[in-house]
Amino acid sequence: MSEKKKNRITDAVVFIFLSFGAIFMVAPLLWMFSTSIKTREDVFALPPVWIPDTISFAKYSEIWSMGPLLSGISNSLIVAVSVTVIGTFTSSLAAFAFSKLHFNGKNKIFMMLFASVMIPYPVLMIPQFIMFSSVGWVDTLLPLIIPGFFGNIFMIFFLRQFLTSIPNSIIEAAKIDGCSYFQIFYKIIFPLIKPAVAAQLILWFMGIWNDYLGPILYLNSPEKQTLQLVIANFNASYAIQSDYPLIMAASVVALLPMLIVFIVFQKQIIESIAISGVKG
Amino acid sequence: MKTTSKLYRTEQRYAYLFIAAPVIGFLIFAMVPLIYSIYGAFTNWDGLGSMDFIGLENFINVFKDEYFYKSMFNTIYMMLGIPIGIVLALLLALALNRGIPGTNTFRVLYYIPVISSIAAISILWQWAYNGDYGLVNQFLAIFGIEGPNWLQNTSTVKPALIIMAVWKGLGYTMLLYLAALQSVPKSFYEAAKLDGANAFKSFWYITLPMVKPVTFFIIVTNIIGGAQIFTEINVMTPTGGPEYSSASVVFYIWQKAFGNFQLGYASAMALVLGLFIFIITLIQFKINEKNSFELD
Repeated sequence: MSEKKKNRITDAVVFIFLSFGAIFMVAPLLWMFSTSIKTREDVFALPPVWIPDTISFAKYSEIWSMGPLLSGISNSLIVAVSVTVIGTFTSSLAAFAFSKLHFNGKNKIFMMLFASVMIPYPVLMIPQFIMFSSVGWVDTLLPLIIPGFFGNIFMIFFLRQFLTSIPNSIIEAAKIDGCSYFQIFYKIIFPLIKPAVAAQLILWFMGIWNDYLGPILYLNSPEKQTLQLVIANFNASYAIQSDYPLIMAASVVALLPMLIVFIVFQKQIIESIAISGVKG
Repeated sequence: MKTTSKLYRTEQRYAYLFIAAPVIGFLIFAMVPLIYSIYGAFTNWDGLGSMDFIGLENFINVFKDEYFYKSMFNTIYMMLGIPIGIVLALLLALALNRGIPGTNTFRVLYYIPVISSIAAISILWQWAYNGDYGLVNQFLAIFGIEGPNWLQNTSTVKPALIIMAVWKGLGYTMLLYLAALQSVPKSFYEAAKLDGANAFKSFWYITLPMVKPVTFFIIVTNIIGGAQIFTEINVMTPTGGPEYSSASVVFYIWQKAFGNFQLGYASAMALVLGLFIFIITLIQFKINEKNSFELD
């Protein structure tokens, strides 16, 4: 058998395996969607029905009145948007300073910041909780928002790496032209690192949107909770009545925005992850 | 010379201004809590008033606490998913690296669980593991296997969580490997072929060593993440599972701190966990150092 033919057969076998694998990866999510459009009887049908006879989107209108879903979405948006917008600004400004400006103790300060990612969150969560409760921020979104304003060390690290490929001469030239340091940042540096910033911003946004431990510590009142807590509560209260279509419909709603963001920005996200892994 | 130093001073001033936010954030949200946590671990801190120094009592109690051992054991047990995920992800990456049609679509499909919210995924799998109507047992029934009630059973609850974790993380690990594989120069394989190496040999002597930094990165980050597993436990087994068999350390810390208000005791446990993560990471770095030396 010629090598070309052998390769083609292997490719075909690999393709079949990958397809089977892909089915396993996506099937649970399809099942989630399928359950959400079923009637209660179909949910417990044996053998399982993938495409129910009566497709009903009723649960998708019902969920809005069954729990604080809308406020959950808006709370998640408030946290994620405010943190990523301001946090991205402070992070990229710091990344610029760490990679392009000269100052005493630069590497030491960076290493110190970077070492902080080694501290597991469970170690910090108890004193942080006490700190925020002493200023009366418990059961508000502030404990989830304010720390993010101070930047994200992963983003700083990533952008700093990215900036090393940009020649210093651009900055020197701008200095000679009389640009201030802040002008250099927003006129030259920021436009150059925009694609990297965008990818990191999306990843950070997703991380905040999907966060659970932070919100569960701080948010008690249902109308203050973020989306992830709201759907977890849906699960806790409606599982007893086995209203699975309702729970699954809420879960689909929690999942869909990020799925859309991912499909739109998949190229940037995938590249960004690949780079951070290979470099890390 | 004088002007240069003046310029340098201006630059330095701006630089400090630009890095001020993360540095202040580090001090307020990492340094102060860390010191507080260490101090709190040596007290009978209950969150209300009393915070008396009690020496090593908390730590002694931690190591006498059977629930601590249980949750630690569960946490480590559930890390069995890491090697399984690594092997599967590497195989997948090798398959995708052949450049077959549909590579891009596969990449996206395998990655979808990664971006999905862990709370929603936990709810989905909780339902999938339902003993009577769950998808998993329905699937097993095709092969005539009667599946257990996964999450209600001490012997199946951890494997169930592992399977879910592997499913959730596979796409991410695969992507990292794929990127690493694509950076291996093709000429290496061509040279090996000329020397008469078969496919397995080029995998063993070229691919594996070349993706080693990524493997190392994956192992370190997965262990750090795995040691802090919480959400899936909290959503799927809100009481810590049958006989506390799925409770993780973070779950136990969370219960002690915010359920029982034993903040000092919980801080001590958190520090033990932190130290555990630190030591594991340090060991891995040492091993990695030694191996890369041998490679040269």
